[in-house]
Amino acid sequence: MTLAGWLQIACLFLLVLLAVKPLGGYMARLFSGERTLLASLLGPLERGFYAAAGVDARKEQGWLAYALAMLTFNAAGFAFLYALLRLQDVLPGNPQGFAGVAPDLAFNTAASFVTNTNWQSYGGETTMSHLSQMAGLTVQNFLSAATGMALAVALIRALARGGVKTLGNFWVDATRATLYVLLPLAFLVALAYVATGVPQTLAGAVEATTVEGARQTIALGPVASQEAIKQLGTNGGGFFNANSAHPFENPTPLSNLITLWCILVLPAALTDTFGRMVGDRRQGAALLAAMALLLAAAIGATYWAEASGNPLLTALGLDPAAGNMEGKEVRFGVAASALFAAVTTAVSCGAVNAMHASLTPIGGLVPMFLMQLGEILPGGVGSGLYGMLVMAILSVFVAGLMVGRTPEYLGKKIGAKEMKLLVLAILVLPLAILGFSAVAAMLPSALASLANAGPHGLSEILYAYTSGAANNGSAFAGLSANTLWYNTTIGLAMLMGRFAYVVPVMAIAGSLAAKTRVPVSAGTLPTHTPLFVALLSGVILVLGGLQFFPALALGPLVEHFLMLAGKLF
Amino acid sequence: MSAKAMSAKTHSPSLFDGAVLARAAWDALAKLDPRKLLRNPVIFVTEIVAALVTAIFARDLTVGGGDPAFSGQIAAWLWFTVLFANFAEAVAEGRGRAQADSLKRARTDAVAKRLLDPGDRSLFEKVSALALQAGDVILVEAGDVIPADGEVIEGVASVNESAITGESAPVIRESGGDRSAVTGGTTVLSDWIVVRITAAAGSTFLDRMIALVEGAARQKTPNEIALSILLSGMTLVFLVAVVTLWGLAGYSGTTLSVTVLVALLVTLIPTTIGGLLSAIGIAGMDRLVRFNVVATSGRAVEAAGDVDTLLLDKTGTITFGNRLATAFIPAPGFTDAQVAEAALFASLADETPEGRSIVALASNHYGLKDLVGRAGAGMVVPFSARTRLSGIDLGNRVIRKGAVDAVLKHLNTTSAAAPRAFHKAVDEIARSGGTPLAVAENGRLVGVIHLKDVVKPAIKERFDALRAMGIKTVMVTGDNPVTAAAIASEAGVDDFIAEATPEDKLAYIRAEQAKGRLIAMCGDGTNDAPALAQADVGVAMQTGTQAAREAGNMVDLDSDPTKLIEVVEIGKQLLMTRGSLTTFSIANDVAKYFAIVPALFAATYPELQALNVMGLATPQSAILSAVIFNALIIVALIPLALKGVAYRPVGAAALLRRNLLVYGLGGFVVPFLGIKLIDLAVAALGFA
Repeated sequence: MTLAGWLQIACLFLLVLLAVKPLGGYMARLFSGERTLLASLLGPLERGFYAAAGVDARKEQGWLAYALAMLTFNAAGFAFLYALLRLQDVLPGNPQGFAGVAPDLAFNTAASFVTNTNWQSYGGETTMSHLSQMAGLTVQNFLSAATGMALAVALIRALARGGVKTLGNFWVDATRATLYVLLPLAFLVALAYVATGVPQTLAGAVEATTVEGARQTIALGPVASQEAIKQLGTNGGGFFNANSAHPFENPTPLSNLITLWCILVLPAALTDTFGRMVGDRRQGAALLAAMALLLAAAIGATYWAEASGNPLLTALGLDPAAGNMEGKEVRFGVAASALFAAVTTAVSCGAVNAMHASLTPIGGLVPMFLMQLGEILPGGVGSGLYGMLVMAILSVFVAGLMVGRTPEYLGKKIGAKEMKLLVLAILVLPLAILGFSAVAAMLPSALASLANAGPHGLSEILYAYTSGAANNGSAFAGLSANTLWYNTTIGLAMLMGRFAYVVPVMAIAGSLAAKTRVPVSAGTLPTHTPLFVALLSGVILVLGGLQFFPALALGPLVEHFLMLAGKLF
Repeated sequence: MSAKAMSAKTHSPSLFDGAVLARAAWDALAKLDPRKLLRNPVIFVTEIVAALVTAIFARDLTVGGGDPAFSGQIAAWLWFTVLFANFAEAVAEGRGRAQADSLKRARTDAVAKRLLDPGDRSLFEKVSALALQAGDVILVEAGDVIPADGEVIEGVASVNESAITGESAPVIRESGGDRSAVTGGTTVLSDWIVVRITAAAGSTFLDRMIALVEGAARQKTPNEIALSILLSGMTLVFLVAVVTLWGLAGYSGTTLSVTVLVALLVTLIPTTIGGLLSAIGIAGMDRLVRFNVVATSGRAVEAAGDVDTLLLDKTGTITFGNRLATAFIPAPGFTDAQVAEAALFASLADETPEGRSIVALASNHYGLKDLVGRAGAGMVVPFSARTRLSGIDLGNRVIRKGAVDAVLKHLNTTSAAAPRAFHKAVDEIARSGGTPLAVAENGRLVGVIHLKDVVKPAIKERFDALRAMGIKTVMVTGDNPVTAAAIASEAGVDDFIAEATPEDKLAYIRAEQAKGRLIAMCGDGTNDAPALAQADVGVAMQTGTQAAREAGNMVDLDSDPTKLIEVVEIGKQLLMTRGSLTTFSIANDVAKYFAIVPALFAATYPELQALNVMGLATPQSAILSAVIFNALIIVALIPLALKGVAYRPVGAAALLRRNLLVYGLGGFVVPFLGIKLIDLAVAALGFA
């Protein structure tokens, strides 16, 4: 570990924190219906959309109507994307002449991009036409992120309001999130990417002759625009198969820093939006502090593991000071790669700038564990915040009694109904991750996809379902996932992880919105103090993570001890 | 909590009362009935897997092949886990039952004298108390047991209510007013009363009280239900984790036996809090009963913990209830000693508390003790409604005392003519919330007596403590706003309602509730009933009317309004105990993983022994020790569950810090030590 490495990490944290306040405030005003900076420019367009769709922007929805609107919107997006992928061979915008996408892969990909997962069982530059990339995948990159933001805002309103039945209007929230937040930011970031050398063109591939005289096909395309929303929307689906390790997606250390900032900035800023909308910015700061604390610990652990390298390679005469460089880009090095691995998995992004299968066992364990915690540190755009709020509600329920009051969060009493729904939500991840993994681990046809034996092979399976169910989308690599079994089951895991989780959460929002807010007194459990941050972190680790400990012990953990004992897989 | 006050008032039997424990041990066995255990999902799951491992043990014994010594021991400890949980509940119930038994003795099958004509008490028929209906009118005479709850409609009698209250001094029950309610099971000592029955046999106050302390009528409270749901959810999550582990282990080349998977499951699911949850609830009700307060539902006890506004009657709660003399202020030309002497003579025959306090102050502070006996020498002028004065004619001294305007009228003078210093004294007393009494002798104004509503000592500190807990205190009084404000500031309450009518109270409660606050109050009169019903916690006085007792959700058998504060503290203690043990139970899981996971895969991956941080002897002893710890911790925590976590009136932040440290961090550390110690014992005894 080097000072320069730590400075890079510190620099990223600082840049993200600097953006939290302005961006959080902007979104709070936007979602509270106040006039914002871009209103005069985008207002007519926004109203035009509502008029065209016949949406009454002032009419608010109850939780069920809100959730149904969200489900309808996403079902339509799924159907559209599926059709587009299947038919891309007969549609225009296909200069490379790619065939239509197979049914199971199209299902998996549609589920993946609708759920903000962006798991890719395919290589982008060799499978997807430009039209599929731009009108299909990139569109869903915006819409799935906007869906997440809308859901988070609905839950925030439930906590901020009292004695009402409505949570806002999904169509309005999703439109505003896209129009006022994602599009302008993506536009600016795309320009920044172009400045660092990322291509943006509608041309097909370029043929080149190398120095040795070999002919090489260099794929090109509208990379910068897709790259911007891929990171800002915590999507992670790359234009190229190599994702952010590819020099056209992520050419320089500067573009790497821009990428990481983009991944973190919206989920982090939404905590401030939350704080402002519930009328106490300290509440948002406490959530952000817990996120930052656990994320920093995860980054530290990954960096340490990667910098320590592999003792077996050191024994072969490799310089131990270089750390573990297997699967990493030389232009990023150990620190930026370890940082990227932790951030992309803590944020449900799933973009990668190094191959996660080549991380050391501990370096691979941390990303997997971060996803299993439910993608809340700070998690996906919107989804991270509502996931974190679920953990906060769980924390006050368990520990809130210890101050001698029945549990309440932000003055809302947490009762049996909320607990019932919360249990439904927290059952989703273990069922989807452990359930599918255990079946795959016993199924010979599923095991045939593994590239490695032993615990590393188990890690490959575990990582795939974890990445899918947590809607992360990063791949461990090593697993040939483009099979009927994996396309179908990972697709189901992704849909469960998104929709089976969020419907009960919306029901909780509906129940909380109807309750009056109990005024704060000295007898109220404070939820903005360092003590609460520690409590929340503990609950996340123990209640959120402990269930995965035996599985992790059989995968990366035992692999680590075996590596120390001199065995590799 | 005011631990001293509590221990002085309660008569708690020892936690280890032999008879209670023996009975509880039997009850624990009876509670193994799965239909009864269904109420408690965590322990129900434990019982099912215990049966499963027992079957495996039987197979190992008969068919062979397995390890009967291991599966037998695991099965035994799983059964112990269930039994210990049942035992905890049975002990809690047993402590309540002792109380119920003494109440049952009062519920005799008495004979009632039912009047054929309510207006004529000479004509009655004798019927069994069980045959009485609400609305029947009965006669109860000296020596009779009152057969059911009712309202006195005629007559007055002294009644022994010790069966209910434990207080042996008889109380007066009479028709009309606030002392008209009588309770079934109490005995009339003298005279007679005619009673209209308000509750049929089986639903009387006494019946309900017995059912409550026995726990028979116990319903899960809202928070308890919510917590049970979370515990069931956690059980499901760990069930998924354990079942899928079989598949993941199969991939890794380990075939996990059902016995070890069950051991992992039971140690992970929250058996500790699951086993103690209902005991905590019963013990909370029981603490209240021992404090001589009966709650009509557990919900009320829980609500008491949430209360953030206390409505307290001034009289009797905040002040002593009587105005007492505190100073003598002379008029120009007199000394305070002369005022004291005149006031003393004027009050020698005054038997009101005010009069006695004047005598006490004058004789104790002005050395006038020897004058007390001389009252007989004079001619007492008793208080009359016409003059509104009282006093004494002693030789040629004519001494009178009374309200200021009455005395001025007696002196044939006007307020304007009185000396300015006198006015100043009178105004100051009124402004401070006191009552001025003027004293005159032989046509001259001697001075003023300062009568004051004396605030109870240490009540201000009590309110400060409540404020630190986030509870707002509101004084309710019939005094005028000036007097009320002065007393409120002296007592340190946060708010007051002056010149309060029952409607004012109700309106205040509704307004506070609309702001999301929870209100507790106590009351005794029929006109308090609407407010008692509206309040979230309404404590009715046992001496109060039937209407008040029906409207409230708690009854204070001692009729002591100050106990409202302790009721809140008991509610908080119940919730804290529940939360602390839940946190402890969940934090325990970390150590159990470190004990069991390396042991599960010892054969396939000996490298995982690096996780065996406790250095447990063998894989089998590690698993067995974790299961034993999991069972024993329930027993170890029974005393805490019954006694409750210590409560201190500090803010929520301080409470959280302390309890998180003790039960969160403690719950993390304790099992590491406990499992290690058990492992040492298991290895030394050669059990595994």
